[in-house]
Amino acid sequence: MRGCLGLLFGLCVASSAQATLDIEITGAGEHQTPISVVRFGGEERIAGQTISSVVSNDLLRTGLFKLIDPAGKAPHEPGDVRYVEWAGVEALVIGSVRALGDGRAEVRFRLLDAVRQTELIALAVTARSDQVRAIGHRIADLVYEKLTGSAGVFSTRIAYVNREGKQFRLVVADSDGYGEQTLLSLNEPIMSPAWSPDGKQIAYVSFERGHATVFVQSLATQKRTVLADFSGSNSAPAWSPDGKQLAIVLTRDGSSQLYLVGADGKDLRRITFSETIDTEPAFSPDGKTLLFTSDRGGKAQIYRVAAEGGYAERLTFEGGNNFSPRFSPDGKSFVYSQFSGGTFYIAVQDFESKQVQILTPGGWEKKPSFAPNGKLILFATESQGRGILATVSSDGRVKQKMVAQRGDIREPIWGPFLKQ
Amino acid sequence: MKKLILGLVLANLLVACASEPIEEETQAPTAATEPAATEPAAAPAETATAAPAPEATEAAAPVVEAAAMPTETSVHFPFDVDAVQAEDRATVQALGKYLSENRASKVRLEGNADERGSSEYNLALGQRRANNVKKLLVLSGAAESQVTTVSYGEEKPRATGHDEASWAENRRVDFVAK
Repeated sequence: MRGCLGLLFGLCVASSAQATLDIEITGAGEHQTPISVVRFGGEERIAGQTISSVVSNDLLRTGLFKLIDPAGKAPHEPGDVRYVEWAGVEALVIGSVRALGDGRAEVRFRLLDAVRQTELIALAVTARSDQVRAIGHRIADLVYEKLTGSAGVFSTRIAYVNREGKQFRLVVADSDGYGEQTLLSLNEPIMSPAWSPDGKQIAYVSFERGHATVFVQSLATQKRTVLADFSGSNSAPAWSPDGKQLAIVLTRDGSSQLYLVGADGKDLRRITFSETIDTEPAFSPDGKTLLFTSDRGGKAQIYRVAAEGGYAERLTFEGGNNFSPRFSPDGKSFVYSQFSGGTFYIAVQDFESKQVQILTPGGWEKKPSFAPNGKLILFATESQGRGILATVSSDGRVKQKMVAQRGDIREPIWGPFLKQ
Repeated sequence: MKKLILGLVLANLLVACASEPIEEETQAPTAATEPAATEPAAAPAETATAAPAPEATEAAAPVVEAAAMPTETSVHFPFDVDAVQAEDRATVQALGKYLSENRASKVRLEGNADERGSSEYNLALGQRRANNVKKLLVLSGAAESQVTTVSYGEEKPRATGHDEASWAENRRVDFVAK
């Protein structure tokens, strides 16, 4: 059995797809910084993309920038820039790529303040020539951070499940949906991927043993271990911020209840003791509390409980049913999916004011999660009968849909910042 | 797709009718409000040869032909409800009695849910539906060891439409002989 799985898995690992998305952006930020990203000198198309196009698209998707066409101007060094030609542009990205002959390339990039006519960032990096996308994302992160004051999330990754007929694939991709990598492919359902805080492992639910079982898989080695395989359903893994334990949901004692378990699968402790459904635990950033979904009040609503258990406080009262809570990175609010009048909406509630904001127009919108900088929310929705990825800015202003070319996308979750 | 679903429903009816007298219409959307069988459109002539008169079913005690295991049938649920419905109790009780008389027989109860909810909530709901059917089976004479449960939540929809007919079909516990 093991060998068979290993073989199946080996065949599926590291298959990747390029340019599989159709991206549509609507809305704009309150203030948009006019910026021009000039084609880099010597840059080549790799998988249909150049460094400068990766940078442009990243910035465009935030809704915070207005991309100004360089209109044929192509400076690559600060000395080439004639600022009088860039009226109306506040920031300018220029650079060049030089092949080093050993499969590596040197990328030089500068961010210029076109109003003050000063250099804001200058950087040279050497990387493998096939890593242009990663370099582009890194440059976009630096530009975004310099111009907005918030950390960029373009270099982070997302995970989701792609369902195509009976085939389920667990997929990791760049934050813009490109660079898909299949971690696991099964003819049984896969659910609820969850990133470890260091971004090195993913916990998820698989039905390959005939019932819902929680696995943990290393992204680097692809090694898989079973975290929970009790009778009944084992599901809804969520990592504690220190990565030492996970909250999971088991039905071994009857209805779905919350448990804590060590990342090594030991030291199982039950947290909730209801006769009803308790599921979808999510740790607060400080690790002290859990949000979860429960129908203990008759309908599915969001509750909060101390991580060691105890009294659970109901947090949601609006809409019909509320599901899938996740904390914002600063711990001040939480995002969830509200089912009301036959439609799912993405909503955010502030802990202190208790104010609820509906961020989306409504649809089949499920499983929201914050980007690690708290500025964007990723969720699953539907477009023309297909399950797709979508994002909305945390103020609801900018929306984006990403349509994969095959299959239905489900269960997305945004990964953490990676320590460089 | 519609035809396929209807075919499955009919197959269910035929199997159910052949082995036991119960099983009314397989869950019309409004079934919860109509406990009595309402003689659905799905009673075409082709079943007439084998099927007993539908009127006889309602008050009938769970009398079971011990010849074949009455499996490969299903019970259905209203939206976000996990309790076995009144019209399905006789079906479940009949199977419980059969299992009590055939201790070597085993059944797996597969709980399912429609897609209106989160996947995890629906996994939990499907498990509760299967668990509740199991409780009734055990009350009806089955041994715990004869009955296993599993939930597929919304992950294995039999009907894939986004409409009440599909959702109703997917809110279901299937009985599978082991």
